[in-house]
Amino acid sequence: MDFDLNDEQRMLKDSVEKLLGARYDFDTRRRISDSPEGFDREIWSAFAEMGLLALPFSEDDGGMGGGPVETMIVMEAFGRALVVEPFLASVILAGGILRRAGSSGQRAEHIAAIAGGEKLYAFAHHERQARYDLHDVATMARADGEHYVISGEKGLVLSGDSADRLIVSARTSGNQRDEAGISLFLVDAKAEGVSRRGYATQDGARGAEVTFDNVRIPASALIGTRDEAFPVIARVIEEAIAALCAESVGVMADMHEATIDYMKVRNQFGTHIGSFQVLQHAAADMFIALEQARSMAMFASMMVQEEDARERARAIAAAKVQIGNSCRFVGQNAVQLHGGVAVTMEYKVAHSFKRATMIEKLFGDTDHYTTRLADLGGVIGE
Amino acid sequence: MDLRFTPEEIAFRDEVRAFFRENLPESIRTKLTLGKHFSRDDMVTWMRILNAKGWAAPHWPVEYGGTDWDPVQQYIFREELLAAPAPEPLSFGVSMVGPVIYTFGNQKQKDYFLPRIRNMDDWWCQGFSEPGAGSDLASLKTRAVREGDHYIVNGQKTWTTLGQHADWIFCLVRTNPDAPKKQMGISFLLIDMKSPGVTLRPIQTLDGGFEVNEIFFDDVKVPAENLVGEENKGWDYAKFLLGNERTGIARIGISKERVRRIRRLASAEKAGERPLIENPRFREKLAALEVELKALEMTQLRVVAEARNRPSDKPDPASSILKIKGSQIQQATTELLLDVVGPYALPFTPEEEGRNEPPIGPEWAQMIAPNYFNTRKVSIYGGSNEIQKNIIAKAILGL
Ligand SMILES: Cc1cc2nc3c(=O)[nH]c(=O)nc-3n(C[C@H](O)[C@H](O)[C@H](O)COP(=O)(O)OP(=O)(O)OC[C@H]3O[C@@H](n4cnc5c(N)ncnc54)[C@H](O)[C@@H]3O)c2cc1C
Ligand SMILES: Cc1cc2nc3c(=O)[nH]c(=O)nc-3n(C[C@H](O)[C@H](O)[C@H](O)COP(=O)(O)OP(=O)(O)OC[C@H]3O[C@@H](n4cnc5c(N)ncnc54)[C@H](O)[C@@H]3O)c2cc1C
Repeated sequence: MDFDLNDEQRMLKDSVEKLLGARYDFDTRRRISDSPEGFDREIWSAFAEMGLLALPFSEDDGGMGGGPVETMIVMEAFGRALVVEPFLASVILAGGILRRAGSSGQRAEHIAAIAGGEKLYAFAHHERQARYDLHDVATMARADGEHYVISGEKGLVLSGDSADRLIVSARTSGNQRDEAGISLFLVDAKAEGVSRRGYATQDGARGAEVTFDNVRIPASALIGTRDEAFPVIARVIEEAIAALCAESVGVMADMHEATIDYMKVRNQFGTHIGSFQVLQHAAADMFIALEQARSMAMFASMMVQEEDARERARAIAAAKVQIGNSCRFVGQNAVQLHGGVAVTMEYKVAHSFKRATMIEKLFGDTDHYTTRLADLGGVIGE
Repeated sequence: MDLRFTPEEIAFRDEVRAFFRENLPESIRTKLTLGKHFSRDDMVTWMRILNAKGWAAPHWPVEYGGTDWDPVQQYIFREELLAAPAPEPLSFGVSMVGPVIYTFGNQKQKDYFLPRIRNMDDWWCQGFSEPGAGSDLASLKTRAVREGDHYIVNGQKTWTTLGQHADWIFCLVRTNPDAPKKQMGISFLLIDMKSPGVTLRPIQTLDGGFEVNEIFFDDVKVPAENLVGEENKGWDYAKFLLGNERTGIARIGISKERVRRIRRLASAEKAGERPLIENPRFREKLAALEVELKALEMTQLRVVAEARNRPSDKPDPASSILKIKGSQIQQATTELLLDVVGPYALPFTPEEEGRNEPPIGPEWAQMIAPNYFNTRKVSIYGGSNEIQKNIIAKAILGL
């Protein structure tokens, strides 16, 4: 049993933190988030130069061969700094699909483009009616000779508005809520028939609603086996959840530290508010919630590689529940303990609180995964 | 003991309800239901509708344009108003400065200001908090120095709600820095926002809205006749003001309206193959919240009934229960709405008047995350929940 990082991992952590410390303070982040594209291409290049965008890919694919622990390290640092660049969308989600299901030709072309930072990718999977059900896919891909023709509407495509290429899930057989019959396709974001409506998200990042209106693509754009994409999608979403868990730990740790610092300097009634025991206990409870989340984020990173699908699903569900609860508790208390200052856009805790809230919603909320975990028989086992 | 309303009270409730149904402009009602901000004009329009009916300030004494309703009727009126849902009459005027003026002000102040408050000819804002004086309000520093028949005011207020619309601000200012206790050197001053030397900086709240401001006073000349009551007695008037809201502070009507909305939306929103309202986890959470809300309503009614026997300048420390529980329940309703909306909480749609584009996702979903973020304030302002618990521990429990 070893919870410690090895030397290389420590170096990775130091260099990411150093880069963000130097180039991603709160004011910079606000400016980036408010800019028309909603992220900074120069920072993105810096991530590429550091090898962060190549991190989870195998050395054969031109990657760094990092595993979930490396992803965890990067995501936690991103959480602290509230990074809005499309790492989750391009590297974890789209990259994850390609890594797991792409042909050698697709991997050679597209993983190189992701890892080098030259092109941005997004994963167009969610549909409005699906809520949190990954298998609910109504978008259709009809075979037409050597082509497929895709029609349907995708929503909440993370970082979808600036993506160059989209990975789209669509139904090639079966009914809307069947797990079987879903396939994945690579589509140029500027292809004829693709229309996008981009928007800011509540937490300062970007999303898009994407409509596919008879979009014609060659059969070679199919990723993986036709009709059998669901297990790939589920697996990649699990990886994304493990990454989000790590990000949330960074977000919460930063909020907690800001709160402690503030309690030491804010004076009311002739003394610092940190001297009031009720606030000390609230801060102690926040700390407990944070550490419980950190433990489960580590657990998720470990279990995301587990080959037994059921065990893996239980672990990911449990982790998502824990971070959801912790995000809510730590976020609400961080705001409360600050008083008025933390309900303003001018203060970082407000932004962290919003990110923590949205992390709870992404890929399935606390209620969804509590029910799922109960259905799976819990996480402790017989 | 009979916890039911009397037939007369029910008739009164029906009359009030019918009035709101017939007179509340639909555009305003829709904005409130969707959790959107209403404009200055919306508020003025609504206040004038109420004023024409004689209901702009029903809790004021009849001689100043109020009504002779008893506390139960006042309660019914307010809850029907919130449940309509209609905008609450701007509290800074009718609930805060108005009662201070008719209780402690001089005849000239009463004659001039009170009718204007009822008709919203003046928009009032509250200048109590300062950067260094939040929970510890009495440590405020904004200074007013008497020079002839004027005060010269220097200092800063903050968190001034809707100050951007305001014509007037009522301020607590320090007139005697050498008083033996800091509470003893404070005065209550009415300041025209158009006075030279008053500047305002908006503060954007975390939901993206603009509802609070910083206000700076730089050698502002204020006529001495704008002092309310006696110099250095301002703290007493402030305490009177802060304790005055006791019947409305829990905002039960708002929470009831939200609970009904949650039920409606969750019946329409599908989670898997079934409506969300059929999901056991969700429906049980909603039921549990309804229990809390019902209990609070009964507690509120006990406080209201008790108020019939209390002198009006002695606020009931039990109102702290209403503030704490009421704010927690309001916050819980916004959390349940977040649960209802699910992933479509994510898009941020700026609120702009006259925007033509359809919203991203369902229209009803737009303001749910912003409302959740914004509602964190209710356990902070008006005496934070920590401060309210200190009051219960001291004033009720004797600790
Ligand atoms: C079943 C049992 C087994 C025990 N076994 C052992 C043992 O093996 N060895 C041993 O040494 N002791 C033992 N204890 C004693 C235990 O350590 C004391 O009960 C404990 O220290 C609390 O002291 P008290 O009972 O005098 O309560 P008090 O100290 O009088 O506390 C009363 C209440 O006030 C709270 N309180 C007290 N001080 C503060 C503060 N500064 N801030 C906030 N809240 C405060 C407490 O949390 C508690 O709620 C045992 C007690 C129990 C009940
Ligand atoms: C949206 C909004 C609108 C507002 N509108 C107005 C307005 O129109 N006019 C106006 O004058 N003011 C307004 N306020 C100010 C509001 O009343 C103050 O925010 C409030 O009094 C708390 O003060 P503070 O923000 O400085 O927090 P602080 O007093 O610094 O409190 C920080 C934390 O310490 C806790 N704390 C402080 N003292 C104690 C104690 N003794 N024991 C235990 N815990 C303690 C608090 O509960 C809080 O959790 C508004 C505030 C907000 C957020």
